[in-house]
Amino acid sequence: MIEIQNLTKRYGHIKAVENISFTVQKGEILGFLGPNGAGKTTTMRVLTGYFPPTDGKVKVAGYDITEKPLEVKKRIGYLPENVALYKDMRVIDYLKFVGRVKGIKKSPKLKQQVSNVIELCGIGDMQKRIIGKLSKGYRQRVGLAQALLGDPEVLILDEPTVGLDPKQIVEIRKLIKELGGERTIILSTHILPEVQMICERVIIINDGKIAAIDTPDNLNRQLSKQLVVLMEIEGDPQKIVSTLENVDGVIEVKQKRKGKVKQYEVITRPEKDIRRDLAQAVFENQLGLYELKTVEMSLEEIFLKLVTQEEHHA
Amino acid sequence: MLNSAPIFKKEIGSYFLSPIAYVVITMFLILSGYFFYSTVAYYSLISLQAMQNPYMVSGLNLTEGLISPFFANIGIIAMLIIPMLTMRLFAEEKKSGTVELLFTYPLRDLDILMGKFFAASVVYLVPIAVTLIYVFFIRSLTELPFGPVLAGYLGLILMGEAFIALGIFISSTTENQIIAAIITFGLLLLLWVIGWAANFTGPLFGKILNELSLVRHFESFSKGVIDIKDVVFYLLFTFYCLFLTCRVIESKRWRG
Ligand SMILES: Nc1ncnc2c1ncn2[C@@H]1O[C@H](COP(=O)(O)OP(=O)(O)O)[C@@H](O)[C@H]1O
Ligand SMILES: [Mg+2]
Repeated sequence: MIEIQNLTKRYGHIKAVENISFTVQKGEILGFLGPNGAGKTTTMRVLTGYFPPTDGKVKVAGYDITEKPLEVKKRIGYLPENVALYKDMRVIDYLKFVGRVKGIKKSPKLKQQVSNVIELCGIGDMQKRIIGKLSKGYRQRVGLAQALLGDPEVLILDEPTVGLDPKQIVEIRKLIKELGGERTIILSTHILPEVQMICERVIIINDGKIAAIDTPDNLNRQLSKQLVVLMEIEGDPQKIVSTLENVDGVIEVKQKRKGKVKQYEVITRPEKDIRRDLAQAVFENQLGLYELKTVEMSLEEIFLKLVTQEEHHA
Repeated sequence: MLNSAPIFKKEIGSYFLSPIAYVVITMFLILSGYFFYSTVAYYSLISLQAMQNPYMVSGLNLTEGLISPFFANIGIIAMLIIPMLTMRLFAEEKKSGTVELLFTYPLRDLDILMGKFFAASVVYLVPIAVTLIYVFFIRSLTELPFGPVLAGYLGLILMGEAFIALGIFISSTTENQIIAAIITFGLLLLLWVIGWAANFTGPLFGKILNELSLVRHFESFSKGVIDIKDVVFYLLFTFYCLFLTCRVIESKRWRG
């Protein structure tokens, strides 16, 4: 349904997204997971035709976004991050406007569709209100309602739960899940459990690049198994390996680099950060520690970062 | 085929949801009413004097004494109010962030642009149409030549569209409505008076300046003459501004 090939997007000199490729099957719910500034919004804006890619190919339902933008736009419903709506319009008038823009011309059909999405998104009581006067949660629902108008095959939702209170979050997540099935959905978030709850497949994006693509379960399994610490230590390799292996929580020690100061990859259980214990063991055995760090931005680290962010949110 | 109807309808709605349209139309009618009254009063004063002094009569006619100043005045009011109509058209969308959805709907840039252009035109043409009351008022008093009135209104429409096109273009270059209004007004005024410089620049440059002058091309309309050259000038000016606007809104920088 969606094909993205070697997509790159720059803002001036800033590279926001670099050489991303992935495909999404019809009816799939794909999660787009990554910290703030990872490039989620940028990718979605290219996908929706808001701005063109700097490089690469994007196809939706077989249509190229630069060659046939209208055909692509007809098939996409988009809920932008912090959606901005026309504040001075009433909900119902706004939705009728969007319906007309999306090409629903006949009056009975337009009315029917508008009342359908109003019911689906639970904004029946709000339909006569001015949008500017709605709470954030209801504005988000109106945003979702406008995305659903015209019954698009593809839904693109950029951080749909940000800024909502916990009850609203639960409701919106449930709604998104219900919307799946026939529709293809791409949903971005920086909250890990959200993807696990809703998505069938996850793309982890960091720093404009794809770090991993897998099902949430697989990623989770990988994640819970291990955590990698890199150490540079001077001394007898055999002694070092046995010393490190005796530290509680270590699964495996691999020697990485030859030379006087050797590098070791220490794979540990993730439940507890044992970097301090590792250092202590090195000192106690009078070995020379030159460096100790967790592996730079591994999948696990990105996940950890995300998980801690979620904990901050809660 | 142009698909501008939804945008047009929405823009008309927002003009009348906010007080802008009412304020602009009211101001227009008050000012044009005042100008009309003073022109008529002045004209009748001169007519009275002319009756006592038969030598003056030859220089007095309805077109020059009444119709021409009437249209010239409305032209000036148009210059004052059109920046207020056009300032929000793109600047507001950009500032509030509503552009993001707008440009992901299945519309071409031209559909959006023309919807906004026509909406502003309609709000401009409403008070212009109301001024027909003045024309009927005069007609009830005296014989009014039909041709010059028609030419004057054609001139007002063509010039107004050119003003609106320039205003939309400026609105697309900023996200600050006030700045859009001020720059539009400044440019209109500059293009209005640019012919003055023609008096002291060289003959060739002076001719170019005169051709650029917005008022120069309006003068003949207000005198009751429809010159194809003037019609073409306003149409070209309008098309060029709309073309520039299209380039601005499709540019990556604007959306980034
Ligand atoms: N309009 C812009 N101009 C310049 N840089 C931008 C712009 N929008 C986003 N960026 C940069 O591009 C990167 C990706 O941003 P974004 O796609 O918004 O990330 P995310 O949605 O994952 O938080 C960030 O480093 C951000 O600072
Ligand atoms: Mg974002």
